Amino acid sequence: MKKMRVNFKFCLWLVLAAVFVLGLSNESSANEAPVAPGIALAKQAKPEEKGSTVDHSKLKQLDKNFKSGDEITKACLECHTEADHQFKKTYHWTWKDPKSEGGKGADSVNNFCISANNMEDPLCIKCHPGWNGKKGEVNCLSCHGQEKFDFAEAFKDIQDVSAVGDKESIEIVKGIQDDVKKAAQDVGAVRRRNCGDCHFKGGGGDGVKHGDLDTSLLKPSRELDVHMGIDGENFDCTRCHTTTSHNIAGRFYGTPAEGRHKSLMDDDQISRISCESCHSATPHKPGVKANDHTDKVACQSCHIPTFARELPTKMYWDWSASGKLKDGKYYSEDGPYGKHTYDTKKGDFVWGKDVVPEYYWYNGTMTDTTVNDIIDPSKPVKLRWPIGTPNAKDSRIFPFKVHVGKQPYDLKGKNFLAPLVSGPKDYWKTLDWEDAFTRGMATLGKTWSGEYGFVDTKYAFPTTHMVVPGENALSCTECHTPANGRLANIEGVYIPGRDRLGYLGYLGWFIILASLAGVLIHAAIRIASSKRRD
Amino acid sequence: MSEHKMINVYFFSRFERLAHWLQMLLIFTLILTGFEVHGTYALFGYNAAVKIHNSAAIAWIVMFWLFLFWVLTTGEWKHYIPTTKKVFEVVMYYSYGIFIGQAHPVKKCKDAKHNPLQRIVYLVVATIILPIQISTGLLYLLYNSWEGLGLGFLSLRMIAFLHVAGAVIIISFAIVHVYMTTTGHTPMAHIMAMITGWEEVEECAEIEEWETK
Repeated sequence: MKKMRVNFKFCLWLVLAAVFVLGLSNESSANEAPVAPGIALAKQAKPEEKGSTVDHSKLKQLDKNFKSGDEITKACLECHTEADHQFKKTYHWTWKDPKSEGGKGADSVNNFCISANNMEDPLCIKCHPGWNGKKGEVNCLSCHGQEKFDFAEAFKDIQDVSAVGDKESIEIVKGIQDDVKKAAQDVGAVRRRNCGDCHFKGGGGDGVKHGDLDTSLLKPSRELDVHMGIDGENFDCTRCHTTTSHNIAGRFYGTPAEGRHKSLMDDDQISRISCESCHSATPHKPGVKANDHTDKVACQSCHIPTFARELPTKMYWDWSASGKLKDGKYYSEDGPYGKHTYDTKKGDFVWGKDVVPEYYWYNGTMTDTTVNDIIDPSKPVKLRWPIGTPNAKDSRIFPFKVHVGKQPYDLKGKNFLAPLVSGPKDYWKTLDWEDAFTRGMATLGKTWSGEYGFVDTKYAFPTTHMVVPGENALSCTECHTPANGRLANIEGVYIPGRDRLGYLGYLGWFIILASLAGVLIHAAIRIASSKRRD
Repeated sequence: MSEHKMINVYFFSRFERLAHWLQMLLIFTLILTGFEVHGTYALFGYNAAVKIHNSAAIAWIVMFWLFLFWVLTTGEWKHYIPTTKKVFEVVMYYSYGIFIGQAHPVKKCKDAKHNPLQRIVYLVVATIILPIQISTGLLYLLYNSWEGLGLGFLSLRMIAFLHVAGAVIIISFAIVHVYMTTTGHTPMAHIMAMITGWEEVEECAEIEEWETK
């Protein structure tokens, strides 16, 4: 028996030592691993091809004195024969989602400038990649021009100065034409600036719309965007937004950015648009609990703690306050971040910086609201809202910027109104809502009742850019906390540390406290009775 | 009171004592970190609490199996055979007799170191409560493999509830257990037995047959 005892004690120490050593070695090997598997995997992706086999300045097709944008595009098409056919089928040209039939080129409304009015709103159309709206040729240079150049102004100058006709003006025209030629020859792969000219400034200004896209991404630090940081990976937009026949990977309205969460590193043709395309579904080091989260929580939820971290973004726009004059004149008021909080043309604004996102279940698609939809004005209308089912395989908990607005609707028809705002006869010049509605609705082939009101609206943007370095990702307690956690409103999942057990929890406390009280009472009686017996 | 003389008996081997206190340490750690994970308070920090809880859990499961093996192979299992004999008397003793200085109805003997109530409680804890804790804990750890293991029907809420409920019962057990250790012939007698192995008890004249089976 004695021998047996010694053996067991030995076993016990052996087991404990083994557990201890295993635990330590596991920890240290995890620390020694230079990078997490998700990062190692991403690094295998084929490096971006920089450089070109063509020097466009040597092409005779481009050695011309161009008089219009269409002429430049025709020169491009002499070699790139299919480019325009390809491009005109894409969302960038049509502004219509092939799946939902919605889109800014169609009847969709937002709570910024409300509607593009079938592309008849002159300010909106500035971002359409054609020389002249939807008519005529594609403007190849809006995406492929390497340096920013105002062709419209140059062509107008050429026309105006040529009309003068004297010797000096001929010299000037020649100078401008040389500049145009140089700009037309200076073409190549798409750069950040090309995308950013529209996507950083959507909604009419820097950072207005998205919150995770603004000009701070032209030269961001690694802390602002680990992928695009000039001291980080220094990716261009096209590193993830891969392109097939001018179709650029990305999400629009009813179409998810990527239907499946897949990783095919050896297949260079895939779109790299989802995090998992490069980082896999279990990107963290083995044994790290975050790997167990990826079935429910999108990478973005932890890795983008806040958006608009450097430049502010618009969070609220109340059109109903617009139209006020001071001393008979238009005016504006400045607020925090040097941004307007009031503008006669537009109304009240609230800007936000370093904003904590809202979180919703999301399957990659969004609802879309058009001027044809009947709304319920008794509560805020969700103009565009994430679609997702708690716990569904295609859905994840995802971060969003939610822009709140107050915008006009038809009191009788209970549908949104689409005013024309930016043209010479439009609302910003006339401050006449009714005329702006009548002509605006006409661009969409619609009429209105003549009575309007304003309704609260919400417009959600998926937050996916401005990914922070891993060390700056969210800590557990941002969500695993009993009160006011980031996922306080998320239903369908049990979140340890957030979810209480209700009455059963009180029952638990009762059992524990009753046990304590029981032994204390028992002890008291024991002490009292033993004293009495003494 | 009693005419039997007091003798020193070696009840708990070094292995048993060591196993007992290590289990106590691990279970205490598990409770402390477990309720932080449950969100009852913040102490170590959530991430650290999860890591400590998982490591302590694995270590404790290994310990528990080793202890079970020891119980089964050394004949110690005889101390855990449940019986209904004298249970009522023991319950009556703790709820009344102890206050008026009665003798314990079942003596603590070398070959029968647990009274009938202890036998039942320890057996229930070891065969029902702890296995529930181990299985729900392992399921919690294996959460992402449920589908592959054909356990897709499970809900984390249910597993978490069972795990917390088990913890509550263990805490309640621990409170009463610690208190009961003070009910020996001196308040420290039982506790010292688990430290030194030795306890001064009344000599067992004869052990009843049902106790040693």
